[in-house]
Amino acid sequence: MLKVMNLYFNYNDTRVLEGIVANVEKGRVLSIVGPNGTGKTTLLKCIAGILKPAAGTVVIDGHDADGMARRELAKHLGYVPQSMPVRFPATVFETVLAGRRPYIAWRPSRDDLERTAEIIEEMNLADLAMRDIDQLSGGQAQKVLLARALAQDTLYLLLDEPTSNLDLRHELEMLEVIITLAKRKDMGVLMAMHDLNLSARFSDTILMLYQGKIFCSGKPSEAMTPENIREVYGVEAAVRQENGYLQIQPLRCADLSPSRGNRIPPYVKDQED
Amino acid sequence: MNNIADDLCRGYKARADARALFLAAAFFLLLTAMAIGLCIGASGMEFREVIASLLKDTGRGHSIIWMLRLPRIVMAMLVGFGMGLAGAVFQAILRNPLASPFTLGVGSAAGFGAVSVILVFGGGFQTWYIACGAFLFSLISAALILAVAKMKRASSETMILTGIAQMFLFSSLTSLLQYMGTMEQVHEVVFWFFGSLSKAGWREIGLAAAMILLPFPALLWRAWDFNLLSSGDESALALGVNVKRLRMSAVVAASLVTAGGICFTGVIGFVGLVAPHITRMVIGNDHQFLLPASGLVGALIVVFADTLGRTVWAPQVIPIGIVTSFIGVPFFFYLLMKRTREYW
Repeated sequence: MLKVMNLYFNYNDTRVLEGIVANVEKGRVLSIVGPNGTGKTTLLKCIAGILKPAAGTVVIDGHDADGMARRELAKHLGYVPQSMPVRFPATVFETVLAGRRPYIAWRPSRDDLERTAEIIEEMNLADLAMRDIDQLSGGQAQKVLLARALAQDTLYLLLDEPTSNLDLRHELEMLEVIITLAKRKDMGVLMAMHDLNLSARFSDTILMLYQGKIFCSGKPSEAMTPENIREVYGVEAAVRQENGYLQIQPLRCADLSPSRGNRIPPYVKDQED
Repeated sequence: MNNIADDLCRGYKARADARALFLAAAFFLLLTAMAIGLCIGASGMEFREVIASLLKDTGRGHSIIWMLRLPRIVMAMLVGFGMGLAGAVFQAILRNPLASPFTLGVGSAAGFGAVSVILVFGGGFQTWYIACGAFLFSLISAALILAVAKMKRASSETMILTGIAQMFLFSSLTSLLQYMGTMEQVHEVVFWFFGSLSKAGWREIGLAAAMILLPFPALLWRAWDFNLLSSGDESALALGVNVKRLRMSAVVAASLVTAGGICFTGVIGFVGLVAPHITRMVIGNDHQFLLPASGLVGALIVVFADTLGRTVWAPQVIPIGIVTSFIGVPFFFYLLMKRTREYW
């Protein structure tokens, strides 16, 4: 189990995350939802060790992540960013192979190459393997990033809005791949999600963040209530079961109570460890 | 392993083999260029005479080969290799196609360091003082660029502007030193700047070789991490690279290489920018191959340019920096026009 224990993160003097607690179980999908600027990405980055939390710990299968060397951490946690800046592009094969970095000393072994090839095939990327990554569509690029994280052979996967660049079909395809993997390889998945319907449908648990704090967490049907959505998003919504799935239909902007305020989310820049 | 996966592996290996082949070819070409450079010169020795002089003491011929031509060619090779290597490293750690020892001002800073040693110690300095001065200032300027990059999370443009500002600053400082110096000192400095490769002796070569070649294995060892940096700090961190430490140590190494290339020959700017790009256009961005190949291509350019500079207008010698640009720029343009893939 991946445990996030009482995590705090400050950017300059602004509190971005406050007392976050989360458990990611193997074979399960946990989605973080919440409005823009509420700290979803920051939380993922803190867990991945890209940002350093002000307080709190991340425990991976009983080991404190803080005490792990970077390379060791990369064998436990795969991180899939929303997108990736491209300078001096590599091929798809090379990019996925980069996921083997935690296992590579000086040059990739035969095993590393085979593992990379297997994953590329699994993800249906074989036709693109020798293409440069800057020549891919947004959807293909996101698939490649997922493939790279899979090449890390980790037990846990962190995904930052894995469907943000995708059209309807690719969206479903991507999420289906993710939950199938979670089940088959018994991986624990933690993803930040924008789309409430998709996260309700594909997650075992929902963690709803609001202004850097956990607003509620629980099964999708428990977390995605009209009351919660009004409070967190400021939107009146209708929630119902349809075709076996939870349907969240936003209706209109709710009148915001004056006490709610309009927090301007701080822009969190990357920092090196 | 099934067929598709097998094919993929084979495809990757074929590319790796092609890159290794390029490396071998560049090495062979470099040796050829050095041999040609050795045979060509103002004294008009014949090939057989050159070989004979190389192997045994034949009096005048022997000293021409061993005291003039060979040191010059070896120095050209070292400087080219150093500039190409340093350029590739700076481009990787700043993720910036415009980075090079020259455009970042690291070269000018090293030059300033060398010149101040020459002026401060007058004639009474040791060779390695110059090397130290050059290294110190190249390190200072590289640290400044890194600081700007970190503080402002600088864009490519900011970093290059900082570099160019530094370049002007250190050129001005160098001019100021010359302005304040005595006649003899200025003479010394000008001689240093334009003397270029002709002043190289074996002692200088030994020192330059140490500064350029010693950091090389350490940089090559990190090749895989340089590859990851090109997909951003975040990805690199998530894949287990200690980005901060990598960047710091690479900057120190690249500054040392730059200083080694510059301290005895003056600033040869263009090679450091272009050699990595030429190499990348041919073999791609895998630093396991890119680092050594950039060095070899840089060496090839400088050796070739030097030979050309000694022959086209013989017995006049055209300074190496000028010839380098004359052959490098058109070739670079040609590649830019011809390329089909975007590399930056």
